[in-house]
Amino acid sequence: MEALLEPVAQLFGPAWPAVWTLAKIVAIIAPLMICVAYLTLAERKVIGYMQVRIGPNRVGPKGLLQPIADGMKLLFKEIIVPSGASKGLFILGPILAIAPSLAAWAVVPFGDGMVLADVNAGLLFLLAITSVEVYGVIIAGWASNSKYPFLGSMRAAAQMVSYEVAMGFALICVLLISASLNLTDIVRSQGQGQFHEMGLSFLSWNWIPLFPMFIVFLISGIAETNRAPFDVVEGESEVVAGHMVEYSGMAFALFFLAEYANMILVSILTSVLFVGGWLSPVSFLPDGFFWLALKTAFFLFVFLWARATFPRFRYDHIMRLGWKVFIPITLVWVIVVAVWMMSPLSIWK
Amino acid sequence: MDFKTFVFYILAAIMVFAALRVITARNPVQAALFLVLAFFTAGGIWLLLAAEFLAIVLVMVYVGAVMVLFLFVVMMLDINLDRLRQGFWSYLPVGALIGVLLVVEMALVLGGRYFGLEAMPEPPAAQAGYSNTRELGRLLYTDYVYPFELASLLLLVAMIVAVTLTLRKRKGVRYLNPSEQISIKRGDRVELISMPAEKE
Repeated sequence: MEALLEPVAQLFGPAWPAVWTLAKIVAIIAPLMICVAYLTLAERKVIGYMQVRIGPNRVGPKGLLQPIADGMKLLFKEIIVPSGASKGLFILGPILAIAPSLAAWAVVPFGDGMVLADVNAGLLFLLAITSVEVYGVIIAGWASNSKYPFLGSMRAAAQMVSYEVAMGFALICVLLISASLNLTDIVRSQGQGQFHEMGLSFLSWNWIPLFPMFIVFLISGIAETNRAPFDVVEGESEVVAGHMVEYSGMAFALFFLAEYANMILVSILTSVLFVGGWLSPVSFLPDGFFWLALKTAFFLFVFLWARATFPRFRYDHIMRLGWKVFIPITLVWVIVVAVWMMSPLSIWK
Repeated sequence: MDFKTFVFYILAAIMVFAALRVITARNPVQAALFLVLAFFTAGGIWLLLAAEFLAIVLVMVYVGAVMVLFLFVVMMLDINLDRLRQGFWSYLPVGALIGVLLVVEMALVLGGRYFGLEAMPEPPAAQAGYSNTRELGRLLYTDYVYPFELASLLLLVAMIVAVTLTLRKRKGVRYLNPSEQISIKRGDRVELISMPAEKE
């Protein structure tokens, strides 16, 4: 690989590191956008089959060109700025919604060493970036200068801030037992232990000792991305489409892209932190990106499954679940894990 | 000028501009958003100083949590700017005094070599693989454990006080108990009665 790139590197000279990093960024973002496009199709298909329908099947063979058609439609629509809106902030809203959901991918490891920025504080970076995500929603809601977007964005922001706390505590448990903030090290630390030596690696992943945290992280992830059953942001019967009401065309599409990119991010993070990332579940099969993709696809399916299954939560129930159920559970589990690590029964030596 | 200095000046320029706009913006929401920008660029400057833990925590705590709640309040309130501007001239001397003090302090730190502060040795450069987070954690929980615990206790007291300030018992409030709701059985709600068909 190095020898192959040598002549290209000489061509660019001193600008090579920047060019190479940009190439890597494109190599992450472009497949991500394709995944987002086809996730929308997968969502409609999965929910369709769960409701004994067929789902989109008209555009292209088996409806496979549907996302392209939807994208083209949004691309050619006019972006209407409401007359009373704060124009600069109105445009800034969708940008701030999508930028953090793309920036977070910088530290996600796709394989052993396959990561854009192998930084020591990877998990902290993720926490910080995901906490910035809420600004897109707040700014969009306020800048639209209209009641429904404002109410919707208030709900969304309160919900995102609440569930971030539970998510943060779940991550603290993970970093306690792997003793590292580096996501690559977190995955590596899961590939060892008693069961790993017996050939059953999937039993030594974090999801067993941290089972409550695994569930809390997954559910908080669904709440954090404002997906059903926590999608009070766009409760059609109450606040229409929440903070996105006044947006049209690509400005709306950016919110849409951000939501689906966040879904994929939460799924891939759950895979990396709790079920061993790129590690293979049994020893006789090789590790690789394939496993990460499979695990991520499963969690994405859980997202869609939940949407097709559960009715929307009422808002006070959402807050109750976040503050009165999840945060106490996570707080207790942090202490349990810390005591467990210091006790002679510790399995993380 | 190397690249690092260049980045520093860019970040510093953005930060000074944002800080100025915080106090000059006419709209309070815009002022709060400029404060967010100032925090964010401050995080960038700390990153340049290789203090990645502090930088990320600044973004996480101030940008991600404190300013969100701040924006909430500012957005909900109907703030009358003209009333806020009343008494500007009477407060000006105090404000100006604090401002001058801050400038003098900063000048003392930045121009240290003119005041004989060069005796302070420059800290040695961190070696490769140095983890800011690990080092800070080690210091906080060993050498500075008592001040750290004291500070956390203080925050706990502040939290309890804030809760008690807003806590009020209202009479006649009806609320649902979700655990009671989900433990309901079909038999509690529906009664099936078998009734023979009647002929006229």
